Amino acid sequence: MSDNTTQPKLDLVVIGNGMAGVRVIEELLEAAPERYNITVFGAEPHPSYNRIMLSPVLAGDKDFAEIETHDRSWYVDNDIVLHTGEAVTAIDRRRRMVISESGRETGYDRLLLATGSTPFMLPVPGHTLDGVISFRAIGDVERMVEASKNGGKAVVIGGGLLGLEAAYGLHKRGMEVTIVHLMETLMERQLDPIAADLLQHSLAQRGLSFRMGAKTAAILGDDEDRVIGLRFDDADDSEIKADLVVMAVGIRPNVELADKAGLHCEKGVVVNDTMQTYDPRIYAVGECVEHRHAVYGLVAPLWDQAEVCANHLAHRGHTHYEGSVTATQLKVTGIDVYSAGDFSDGEGSEALVFSDVRRGVYKRVVLREDRIVGVVLYGDTRDGGWYFKLMREGVDISNVRDLLLFGQAYMPPELANEAEAA
Amino acid sequence: METTTTRTTCPYCGVGCGVNAVLENDAVRVAGDERHPSNQGRLCSKGTALADTVGLSDRLLYPMVDGRRASWDEALDEVASRFGEIIAEHGPEAVAFYVSGQLLTEDYYVANKLMKGYIGSANIDTNSRLCMSSAVAGHKRAFGEDVVPGCYEDLELADLVVLVGSNTAWCHPVVYQRIVAAQENDANKKLVVIDPRRTATAEGADLHLPLAPGTDVHLFNGLLAYLAEHGVTSDLPGTQDAVAEARKIGDIDAVAEACGLARDAVAAFFELFANTERTVTVFSQGVNQSSAGTDKVNAILNCHLLTDRIGKPGACPFSITGQPNAMGGREVGGLSSTLAAHMGFDAAERVQRFWNSPAIASEPGLKAVELFEAIERGEIKAVWIMATNPLVSLPHADRARRALEACEFVAVSDCMRHTDTVNRAHVLLPAAAWAEKSGTVTNSERIISRQRSFLPMPGDTRADWDIICDVARRMGFGEGFGFDSAASIFREHAALTAFENDGERVLNLEGLAELTDQAYDRLEPLRWPVRADKPFRAVGAMPAPQDSRRLFVDGVYPTSDGRAHLVAVTPRGPANAVSDQHPLALNTGRIRDHWHTMTRTAKSARLSAHIPEPFVEVHPSDAERYGVIDGAIATVSTALGEAHVRVIVTDGQREGTLFVPMHWNDQFAARARVGALANPAVCPISGEPEFKHTPAAIAPFDAAWHGFILASRPLRLAGESDIDYWVKIPGERFYRYEIAGLQAPEDLAGKARRWIGIDRRTTDWLEAADPAAGRYRAAHMDAGHIDACVFVAPEPAALPERSWLAGLFTGEPVDEAERIGLLAGRPADPGADPGPQVCSCFGVGRNTILRAIDEQGLDSVAAVGKALDAGTNCGSCKPEIASLIAEAQADE
Repeated sequence: MSDNTTQPKLDLVVIGNGMAGVRVIEELLEAAPERYNITVFGAEPHPSYNRIMLSPVLAGDKDFAEIETHDRSWYVDNDIVLHTGEAVTAIDRRRRMVISESGRETGYDRLLLATGSTPFMLPVPGHTLDGVISFRAIGDVERMVEASKNGGKAVVIGGGLLGLEAAYGLHKRGMEVTIVHLMETLMERQLDPIAADLLQHSLAQRGLSFRMGAKTAAILGDDEDRVIGLRFDDADDSEIKADLVVMAVGIRPNVELADKAGLHCEKGVVVNDTMQTYDPRIYAVGECVEHRHAVYGLVAPLWDQAEVCANHLAHRGHTHYEGSVTATQLKVTGIDVYSAGDFSDGEGSEALVFSDVRRGVYKRVVLREDRIVGVVLYGDTRDGGWYFKLMREGVDISNVRDLLLFGQAYMPPELANEAEAA
Repeated sequence: METTTTRTTCPYCGVGCGVNAVLENDAVRVAGDERHPSNQGRLCSKGTALADTVGLSDRLLYPMVDGRRASWDEALDEVASRFGEIIAEHGPEAVAFYVSGQLLTEDYYVANKLMKGYIGSANIDTNSRLCMSSAVAGHKRAFGEDVVPGCYEDLELADLVVLVGSNTAWCHPVVYQRIVAAQENDANKKLVVIDPRRTATAEGADLHLPLAPGTDVHLFNGLLAYLAEHGVTSDLPGTQDAVAEARKIGDIDAVAEACGLARDAVAAFFELFANTERTVTVFSQGVNQSSAGTDKVNAILNCHLLTDRIGKPGACPFSITGQPNAMGGREVGGLSSTLAAHMGFDAAERVQRFWNSPAIASEPGLKAVELFEAIERGEIKAVWIMATNPLVSLPHADRARRALEACEFVAVSDCMRHTDTVNRAHVLLPAAAWAEKSGTVTNSERIISRQRSFLPMPGDTRADWDIICDVARRMGFGEGFGFDSAASIFREHAALTAFENDGERVLNLEGLAELTDQAYDRLEPLRWPVRADKPFRAVGAMPAPQDSRRLFVDGVYPTSDGRAHLVAVTPRGPANAVSDQHPLALNTGRIRDHWHTMTRTAKSARLSAHIPEPFVEVHPSDAERYGVIDGAIATVSTALGEAHVRVIVTDGQREGTLFVPMHWNDQFAARARVGALANPAVCPISGEPEFKHTPAAIAPFDAAWHGFILASRPLRLAGESDIDYWVKIPGERFYRYEIAGLQAPEDLAGKARRWIGIDRRTTDWLEAADPAAGRYRAAHMDAGHIDACVFVAPEPAALPERSWLAGLFTGEPVDEAERIGLLAGRPADPGADPGPQVCSCFGVGRNTILRAIDEQGLDSVAAVGKALDAGTNCGSCKPEIASLIAEAQADE
C-alpha cells in the first residue's frame, strides 16, 4: 500500500452521521489515512453520538455529553467536512454527485450510504396526534423528558427492547407507564417465554403496567389534537388514558434515497459481502442495509459491516461480511437480560436451562450439534459475552456440556480462555 | 460443667475393648480405656465413633402390638399368653427364641434358662451360630470344651502369626494393631495371611496365600503331613489317623495345586510354620462359615496339637469371634446345641436340679437355619427374636422373611424402630441400647468386662433381662425369675458354672458367685476361669489376679481321657459347586466401618462415609468376561436371589470369586441384602452356614440413568417406580441417596420434586436441565438453607463429587457464592473439594491427602499423619493412606 501516498486523493461522501457511517470513517482513517477526502452529511443537528445509549439518557442515568462520541473538533482534526442538520435529498449517479436539501452539490468517487432506519409508526387513527412520538433520536428523548415533567400517564406501544427501555425511562422520570404489546410475552424475538415472564414480573414489581396481547385500534385525542388515550381492538373496545404515547414497534430501513437513485432495494438497500450496492462505487452499511435477506437493528453487526466496508474502501485484503450473530442486552438498571442467536426449540436444537427463581436468574443455552447457537440470560448475564464468543467461533462444547450453564468460572482453562476477548 | 466418666465395653467385635464414656453436660465422647488389658487405650474407627451412635433417632421407645403403641402390660401379656397358648396346644417344641451375641451375658442367661429349664425346649439359638459355631464344635472335638486357650499377649509374643480367613485389619482392628505394633520393630517376627482375597490385612503381611475358596483343610492337612514328614511327632490320641488322612493330599506341589497357590508360597509357609515354635494361628469367619467349618477348625488345631504349640507364651490356635458377647453367649449355653454353662444335654439332670426348674430340655434344639425352616413349615408357631436382624443376616434370607410372614406369632425385642426384622413383628418390645445397658460381656481372650450404663433408659425402654424375666413371670415361672438386678443374674450364672464342677469344666466362675452388688459394679476386667481358691479377701475387694492367661499349660484337657485329640479330617469342596449358570464363588463379609446390619453404625456419618455404597469386588479378568465396569452397578445373582451393587474391579479379588459385604439391607438399599443370595448349606457338625461360598453370576445392571440426592431429612424412595437402585447413606446433618434406574424417567423436574417430597408451588427451587442429554440438577432451598438437591445424568461420571455439596448441610444458610455453584456441584475453585473420606476420625478426604502428598512431598503414613492428622487416631485408615502414597509415587 506504499503507493497510496503517490495516488491522488479520491472523494468519499458519507450520507449519515450515525454510528455506522462514523465507524467506517474511523476504520478507514486507520487503514488508509491518505486515500480519501471525506465529506459527511448528517440530518440531525448533532455531531455523532452513541444512539444505543439514548435509554440511559432518558432514564437520567447519563446526560447527552456522556454519549457524544465525536465532537466537531474530531472532524476538523481529521480533515473531514461535516454538514450537520443537512439531509441529502438526491444522488445523481451519472454525475457522481449528491444533492442536499440546501441544494449543495458534492461530487464523489465513492459514496457510503449510512442512512439508518426510521421508527415504524402504526398507521392507526390518531398516530399523528401531538404527544405521539417514537424513540429513535436525541430529539425524541428531549420530547419525552419534557413531557414527563408534568408526570401523568404514558403508554408505550411495543414490548421489545426499545419499548421497554423507553417505558423504564419514563417511569423513572415519574410517569405512570403502561406497556402495550401485541404478543403474549415481552421481547419475544429475543427471549423465551420463561425469561420474558421473569422480565415482566420484575418490571411490574418496579411499577410498570402491562397490556399483553393487546392490539391498538386508535389513539384518541382532544379538541386540540393532543393525545388523551388509547383504544384497543378487543371485545369491549376498552380504553386507557395517556398523556404521551411512544411507539416502539420496530424500524424501517431508510431506503428512499437509494431507491430514488435506482439502487436495488428490498427491505433495505441490498449489498453484497463487500458492502457494495448494485453500483460498485456506492457502499452501504448499518440499519439501512439488507444483506443476505437480513436486516439488523443492533449495533454489533454494524461494527462487522463497517470493518469490511472500510477494508474494501482501503483496497485492503479480502475480508467479507457473512452476516452477524447478534446479541442483545437490555439497559434497565438492575435488570440484566442478555440474548443472542437462535433460542427457539427447533428440530435438532437442544436447550440447556438453568433457573434460580429466588435469585431471579434464568439461563437458556441452545445447542445444535454440540455448538452454541443461542443464549438467553436473565438476572445473571456475566457470561453472556463468553457464550457469545463460543457461539461465534463455533467451539465444540461437548466436553463441558454438564457445566456449561454455570459459566466461565467452572470451565477448564482452555475453554475459559475462549472468553478473553469477550 | 459436670463431667462423669464411665468405664464400659465396646459393643462391636469380639476384641472387647474397654471404653471410657465421658458425659459432659449432655454431650457424650468416648476414648479407649487405657486400663483395659485387651485394648490398652486403643480404639478402632467404629469404637471411636460410638458417641455418634447414642442418639435417639429411629429408636423404638415404647412397646407396640400389631403396629400400634401399647403398654408394657399389654405387650408382655400378649407375648406370655401367645407363647403359653401355643405351648399348651402344640408342646414346647412349637416355640423358639432366636437371640444374639449382642445380648449381655445376663440377658442371655435368663433367655436360655427360660427356654431350656422352664419351657423345656432347646429351641433357643443365636446369631452366633452364623459366626463361630464351627469354632465351638472344633474346640469341643479337640479340647473337650469350647475354650480359647490363649490371650492377645500371645499375638505379640509370637514370632509367627498366621491369620486364616480373617480380615483382621478391618474386622478386629485393635488386635491387628497390636500384632503390627509388636512386629514393627522386629524383623524376626512374621505375619502370614491366608485368605482368597488380598484384603487390607493381607497388604501388610510378609506372606499372603490367596488360596482357592474352601481349600483350608487341603492346606492345613498338607501342613500337618509336612510337619510329620519333618519328624514332628505326638502321642496325642488321633494323631496317627489325622496324619494318615492328611498325607493323602500329597506333597507340596499337590497342595499348591489343590489350593490354587504358587508352590513357592506354600513351601515358604510350611517351612516358616515348621521352624517357628512361637506360632499363633488366628482364625475367624473365613474358616468358620463353611459347610466344612468344623473340619477346617480341627485341621488348624491339629497342627498346633502335633507341634505342642498350645498353652505356651506366643503359641496357640486362636479363634477370634465376631460379636461383643458371642463368648458370653457360649458360656451361658445360648446355642441350641449346648445346655448351659458349657454343659451338654447329658448334664440335664444336674442343671435342672440347680435351677430347680419344672422342666429341662433333654436334647439339642434346632440350629438357626433349621429353626427358620421349621418356622416356615409351621412346626414352630411362635418365635421371639432378640437383638438381631435375621432377615438380613441369615442365608437364604428371603425364605426367612417368608417364614416370619407365615409365623403365627413373632415378638421382637430391639432398640430400633425400623429394621427388616422389626417390620415383621406382631409385638415389639423396646430394649435398652448400649449406652443404657448394664451387665457383662466376654471377649475373645476370655476376659469378662462390665458394660456400664452412662445414659438413662429413654422412653419406655427396659433391659433385655428385665423384659425376659417379666415374660417368664407372666408365664407362671415367677420362682426362677425373681431377679432384681443384672448382678443377681450374674451371681447365679457364676454359681452354675461352678456347680458340681470338680475340674471337668474349664469354665468356672466360682470366685464370682458371691460377688456383691458393689463388687459387681466395680468389677475390673478379668479373665476366666476364676476359681474360689483365690477368693475375695473382703467384701468390695477385687479378686486377686490369677494367671489364667493360658489354658492347657499342663497338657490336661476336659475330655474323658484328659487329653487333647487330633481329628482326622478329609478335605472336601463347598456344598454347592460353581456351575455354568453360576460360575463364580460369592464370598461375603464385613467392611471396616460398618457393623452387622448397620442399625448402629449408620447413625454415624463418619463411619458411613468410608464405604458409602454396597459393592461387589471383581477380578479384572472376570469384569472383562462378564462385562461389568468399575464404578458402575452390577447385578449379582445366585439361585436364591439377586443384589444390585456398585462394582469395584480389583486384582485383590481372586479370579473366579466375588465379594459382597454383609451389611446393607432394605433400610439402606433397594436390593443389597447379600443374605438373600447366600446358600443355606451348613456344616453338618456345627450347623454354621456357608456364607463364604455361594455359586453366583454377575452381569451389568443396565442403568439408563444415575443420580444422587442429598437431603436434610430422610426420604422414602422404596416405592418409587423410576428408581431401581437406591442406597441411603447417612451423613452429618444430611442423608445421601445414590440412585439409578433402568429406564430414563419422563418429566425429571416433576419426579425430582416428588422424590424429595416438595410440591410444585414451592418457590425457592434451583434447576439446571439438559433434557436432550438426560441431565437434570435441582435444589430446594428453605429460608436460605439447602433442604435437598437432586442430580441425574446418564453416566455416573457426569455427576459431581458429593463431598462439596454435602459440606453445604451445615445448619447455616448457604451464602451467595455457594448458591451460584450449588448445581455445578463444586466451588468455582476446584481445589476446595476434599474428595471421598479416608480418615473418618479427622474427616480427611482423599483429594486432601493426595494434594498434601504432592505439595509437601510426604512419603510415609507418619508424615501424612503429621501434616493432616489423618490416621493418627484410630489408625484404621493407615493402609489406605499407604496405598495413596504408593499411588502418588507411582504417578511420578
